[in-house]
Amino acid sequence: MFRPLDDKGGKAVAIEIEGRSQIVPAASNLAAALLSAGFSPFRTTPAGAAPRQPYCMMGVCFDCLVEIDGLPNRQACLETVREGMHVRRQQGAAAIGEKGKAR
Amino acid sequence: MAERHPTSDFVVIGGGIVGASIAYGLAKSGEKVLLLDEGDVAFRAARGNLGNVWVQGKGATSHAYADLTRNAANRWGGFAAALQEETGIDLHFRRPGAFYICFSEEELERRSGMMASINEHATVRSEFETVGPEELRRRLPEIGPEIAGATYCPDDGTANPLFLLRALIKAAAGFGATYLPRRKVVSLCRDGEGICIETEAGTFHAGRVVLAAGLGNGKLAPQLGMTAPVRPVRGQIMVTEKVRKFLDFGTNFIRQTVEGGCVFGESSEEAGFDEGTTLSVLRETARRAVTAFPLLRDARVVRAWGALRIMTPDGVPVYQQAPGAGNVFLITVHSGVTLAPFHAGEMAVALRQNRLDPDRYLPFSPERFNVQAA
Amino acid sequence: MNEMVDLAIIGAGPAGMSAACAARACRLSVVLLDEQPSPGGQIYRGIAEARDDRLAAILGKDYAAGEEIYRRFVACGANYRPATTVWRIGPDGLSWISAGRSGELAARRVLVATGAMERPFPSKGWTLPGVMTAGAGQILLKASRLVADGAVFVGCGPLLYLVAHQYLNAGVTVRAILDTAPRENLLPASALLPGALRQPHYIVKGLRMIAALRRSGVRMHRNVRAVSFSGQDRLEAVHWRDRSGEYALECAEAFVHQGVIPNLNMTMSTGCRHAWDEQQLCWRPDLDALGRSSLQWLLVAGDGGGIGGARSAALSGAISALAAAHDLGRLDFTAFERESAPLIAARRRDMAVRPFLDRLYRPAQGFRIPEDEETVICRCEEVTCGDVARAVGEGCPGPNQLKSFTRAGMGPCQGRLCGHTVTETMALLSGRTPQEVGYYRIRTPIKPVTVGDIAGRIENAEQGAQHEQAAAD
Repeated sequence: MFRPLDDKGGKAVAIEIEGRSQIVPAASNLAAALLSAGFSPFRTTPAGAAPRQPYCMMGVCFDCLVEIDGLPNRQACLETVREGMHVRRQQGAAAIGEKGKAR
Repeated sequence: MAERHPTSDFVVIGGGIVGASIAYGLAKSGEKVLLLDEGDVAFRAARGNLGNVWVQGKGATSHAYADLTRNAANRWGGFAAALQEETGIDLHFRRPGAFYICFSEEELERRSGMMASINEHATVRSEFETVGPEELRRRLPEIGPEIAGATYCPDDGTANPLFLLRALIKAAAGFGATYLPRRKVVSLCRDGEGICIETEAGTFHAGRVVLAAGLGNGKLAPQLGMTAPVRPVRGQIMVTEKVRKFLDFGTNFIRQTVEGGCVFGESSEEAGFDEGTTLSVLRETARRAVTAFPLLRDARVVRAWGALRIMTPDGVPVYQQAPGAGNVFLITVHSGVTLAPFHAGEMAVALRQNRLDPDRYLPFSPERFNVQAA
Repeated sequence: MNEMVDLAIIGAGPAGMSAACAARACRLSVVLLDEQPSPGGQIYRGIAEARDDRLAAILGKDYAAGEEIYRRFVACGANYRPATTVWRIGPDGLSWISAGRSGELAARRVLVATGAMERPFPSKGWTLPGVMTAGAGQILLKASRLVADGAVFVGCGPLLYLVAHQYLNAGVTVRAILDTAPRENLLPASALLPGALRQPHYIVKGLRMIAALRRSGVRMHRNVRAVSFSGQDRLEAVHWRDRSGEYALECAEAFVHQGVIPNLNMTMSTGCRHAWDEQQLCWRPDLDALGRSSLQWLLVAGDGGGIGGARSAALSGAISALAAAHDLGRLDFTAFERESAPLIAARRRDMAVRPFLDRLYRPAQGFRIPEDEETVICRCEEVTCGDVARAVGEGCPGPNQLKSFTRAGMGPCQGRLCGHTVTETMALLSGRTPQEVGYYRIRTPIKPVTVGDIAGRIENAEQGAQHEQAAAD
């Protein structure tokens, strides 16, 4: 389990993880914020439903894929948190076309 | 250094779907077959294929081709089952029918007329229906609002062309065929009764040769006194990541695979042997896909590539037996998936009998191009 | 109308930043596009953010060297576009997306500086949540101040020891270090030591770090082999073998590492010539001494052209930028020679340590080519080593036919995490060299982009036209 090296205080924002509000440091990397919040797994694979979590943290492994604001298959390690961001675990194949319907 | 290999009854040149289908059919009926293939990077139409077992609209100019296609499609189920039993490979064959999606009312009207006209001439029946926009939305709930309609044919199916190729090679080997990749054929010549085949790695001798080298036939056939009028027609294709199932049917330019990825593309370009992609065609392809199925907007494309169709001047296959000695057969087809049961079945039988019945195969002779020219 | 610049640079690590500075000094117009939200690449990740003394002390002096490059880069006048993904490059320019916007950029020269990634670590259980690369652990520390207590470090190579050392400096407990460097590497490596000693600071730094790790009392095992990971839904234990027996250790995080390899997809997608590098056991683009590829419009600098480390990367970025300026007729030959010669000499000196390091930390075969049939090679499609062996047994001639037959390399990572394993595994199984076996043909898009992104410009252009129309009214 990842934890902050120390408590630095600083600005924070609220994001929603699987429908629950979570306070995270402002401008933090989304994958880092999710790891720190104990979010696990990030996704399950479409091929074999295997649980996955970040492996490389630099945009090459695609195991940190999550659904962000209704858009599937986003690389969490390349995203910066924003106030009010909705993050969902991605189970298997991406659900497309949901965003339009939700509106 | 040329290794000398023992003489084989049949040497099939070209390890794509067409060559592998023939090798499989010959081997299964007990022939001693050698299948010569290029290496890892070849013009491989199987990789540029939507995987449609496609009937509707084929044979508009040749009812013999319409019949050939329809018979082959009708045999696909048993063919796939046999291959699966022989290899353990599931070809993902389904036959839910397919929609040809029309972007305008004029296109729909033209299409319906063309389909009706083919049915007037073909001997093998294949029904179709013209589906208007509302009915289409009922059957394909994700279809876009701008789509004018579709023609639907229940005889169309889909399969995984890549698994088909793997299964054919594996099954052929299982029946005793020898598969040798990395043996691109450099030259061919007659050698007494047989044929001498020089490859990039070794020389082979054949009693009979089947030229199924796709675009390669263009250069190989003349070396044995035949002509293969064939040119590459590029199609650019892209495939998305796996997404939730939304499309069970085949369509003319987009298919959702059993795994969940969507593969689509329909461009038809004269680009020589360039397998690349171009931004303008990719954009147009993406735009049409989104118009047809707006939810695709959010699907991620993982690969886009160009593939070369093996096109004869009229799009109809060329099947020809060499005149005289008669131990060379020329097979040039762009519809390798749909016609696989035919190539592995009836064609393999004809090859074994060393006779392409002129009555049956005249419509597929390259002589037809000379007649037209004259 | 498309934008046109003299030089488009992709990647804001040491190579890209230095290239931008050198190109600007030659008055080239420069756009630098980078996928990350702030400059630094992976090696200097987070360099733009303020650091307190504590984090600075943990990260050490070499990291601080990035600050100088960063400061020069910010002042150089290049047009810098962060959080921008380049998904296509060709002789006509490149296509990019950024936060839902997309566009094209035409460039007279393209310089790819997309750096390195860690070599895949194909082993049983390496896909379990909790197994991540040492580099990932370091990125979490550098850029997000996150640490994991009681992690096990597994593998070999300078980065592995560095991250463990940084953890110890941070006062974080390290459960164990499992060093997989094969003992057999020592003898051949020692023959290369005299050359390496031309750059003694690397050797001194390494020795100090390893000595500090030993002094710290962290549990260390050497000559570790047959590593595997187990757990139900996430990592619970790491298993290994050494000469004295078989072991298992419970842990929630394992940081794995077997050195770094060029991040290939960008260069591969262009079709420029690549070759297998037997010294570094990886594919890399075929480049001349100035970083020019087999395509006239394309240059490659930094680790993406072959592993040399941060200092060499910065030097090669500057060298390639000068070469581009010269090729574009913006720097005469005399000036080019005068300015590039000291950089080339410095880079040659810096690279002197490489043969030694590459040999000393050459990953054992068992860590590159899985011995167990069930080991997953392709993480995306969950294709195993056994699947590859079966396809090879059927005569499958190379990685591209393998991709067709097994789906290996067809997933979202686009072959990044399995390509090298596939090349080497097929080479071993078919008795050929990796060069003969080849690599996947890498396609556009270089990173997955949505169908909407690709369709995008037409919509954007239409919107743009409407805006213009509105403005005209």
